Amino acid sequence: MSFYDVYLKYKGFDFEGFLNSVTDSQIMKILSKEKLNDLDFLALLSDKAKEYLEPMAIKARQLTLKNFGRAILLYTPLYLSNYCVNQCAYCGFNCKNKIARKKLSLDEVRKEAEAIASTGLKHILILTGESRKHTPVSYIKSCVEVLKDYFSSISIEVYPLDTEEYAELIEAGVDGLTLYQETYDDELYMEVHLKGPKRNYRYRLDAPERACMASMRCVNIGALLGLNDWQKEAFFTGLHASYLQDKYPDVEISVSLPRLRPHFGNFTPRSPVSDKDLVQIMLAIRLFMPRAGITISTRERPQLRDNLIGLGVTKLSAGSSTQVGGHAIEDKGDGQFDIADTRSVAQIRDMLYSKGFQPVFKDWQAI
Amino acid sequence: MDDKLVIAGQELSSRLFIGTGKFHSHRVIPEVINRSGAQVVTVALRRVNLDYPEENMLNYIPDGCIIMPNTSGARNAEEAVRIARIARAACGSNWIKIEVINDNKYLLPDNYETIKATEILVKEGFIVLPYMSPDLIDARRLRDAGAAAVMPLGAPIGTNKGLKARELIKIMIDEIDLPVIVDAGLGRPSHAAEAMEMGAAAVLVNTAIATADDPVAMAEAFSLAVKAGRMAYLAGMGAVKEYAEASSPLTGFLR
Repeated sequence: MSFYDVYLKYKGFDFEGFLNSVTDSQIMKILSKEKLNDLDFLALLSDKAKEYLEPMAIKARQLTLKNFGRAILLYTPLYLSNYCVNQCAYCGFNCKNKIARKKLSLDEVRKEAEAIASTGLKHILILTGESRKHTPVSYIKSCVEVLKDYFSSISIEVYPLDTEEYAELIEAGVDGLTLYQETYDDELYMEVHLKGPKRNYRYRLDAPERACMASMRCVNIGALLGLNDWQKEAFFTGLHASYLQDKYPDVEISVSLPRLRPHFGNFTPRSPVSDKDLVQIMLAIRLFMPRAGITISTRERPQLRDNLIGLGVTKLSAGSSTQVGGHAIEDKGDGQFDIADTRSVAQIRDMLYSKGFQPVFKDWQAI
Repeated sequence: MDDKLVIAGQELSSRLFIGTGKFHSHRVIPEVINRSGAQVVTVALRRVNLDYPEENMLNYIPDGCIIMPNTSGARNAEEAVRIARIARAACGSNWIKIEVINDNKYLLPDNYETIKATEILVKEGFIVLPYMSPDLIDARRLRDAGAAAVMPLGAPIGTNKGLKARELIKIMIDEIDLPVIVDAGLGRPSHAAEAMEMGAAAVLVNTAIATADDPVAMAEAFSLAVKAGRMAYLAGMGAVKEYAEASSPLTGFLR
């Protein structure tokens, strides 16, 4: 059994019919339940549920406080390389894009690490494009060896790997994986991934599970919101998270809600996701999975991020750059997308304190 | 009234232990501890940040408190043991709260792995207080392994549901000759009082205090409830009766 079987179960489901049939009494009943099933979750993504955002928010806030307290974990991405062999219609790293390509040397990784660590951050997320030639697992491993001197938690957001490769990186010191399916719709997936190994939908879909099998401590998944009808994508994201949490209870599962951002290239989102939609997704996921982590990155603008604190978010990125060498290197590679929240770590820290939340810089200890 | 709680030879006058994980700021912790009178404070090693004094929880714990690091994040005995060893060095405390959780959905402790970790850590000279699912047989195993106390959950952590595991904890209190400290799930001072009335040696509270609008006042409220519950337990409470008892008994004519 893989999550693909769950996907197939709902692939032909009449989403439109179901979402349009949701009633007030259904929503009120769901709001009074402690444990939601798949279709309760879907109902919370309906237009009808949009009329209940306030009671959903109240419940989401209570659940988040009970489970995570008044604490928000801070991290930042560190781009190691933007070399990529894929041709993804929506991505700045698309191999057809004429951008400045760069891969950090280990010395440069150290410089970046020093700059980031000086802000107090202890959690880092390292990223590469997909190029086994430029950034093989051995390179990622060498970077992890350097980063271990500076950070207490190292997560990866790289191309999907085999179970053994995940195990190798965990052994080297990696404790978290972030991997977005981009879209759960297998047909659309083939349309937007024009060329390259990323066209293998199943291999990517099963990657978070392979990381769980390798005993990754934290696994973070998501869909790139804007590619497809957000209700379906949010639904499958939640089901995927729930599938992993049920099957691998020892892994901390979390969900990101990345919305498409402007980037190098001319892709236009097919289904824009409004702020209200984004909030609805976050609240529905919190009610469906009270224990799941929820990450909101600097793709979102400050005003929105600040208002999401306390509603469900458990992790925020801060002081971000999507450029290769963006923290301390003069000769930078071009970025993946434009970020919307350019505040420094100190500014995010102060914002959290002012909202009555503790910025958590360290929430893991390499053992 | 001389009613000290003694754990591993240490006399404690406060029976309220405090958890530190969910506060809006470390800065509130000293006042929470002072107002509650707590002497034992648990700290997750994963949150101990020695590189950043301002964010280092340990710097906010008043002198004189016993720091009881916990092994939050451990998924098995081996990880708990490794975390405990690092914690001893980082926190300078021999006390350890073993927390082994491999179910992130309900955050229920794994008693089997907890017992294994206890056996190892006691031999290494730690004062071990294991967090556990309430179970008499496992509590005996922990006692035999050398635990200094046992800490059953009142309800799943963070739920604020109160003493849902009451009957199982009661049996442990009646049968185990170790302090039984109710840890997790206590959402209100009245829950804490209930645990103490029942004979619990102490309670450990975090979520209910940390997420209150006024955590300092809530810490004091818990402290008072713990004292009241303990006093009631020592005073010997009247039995709860199913029916009203007439002051002129119905069978009085038989005398």
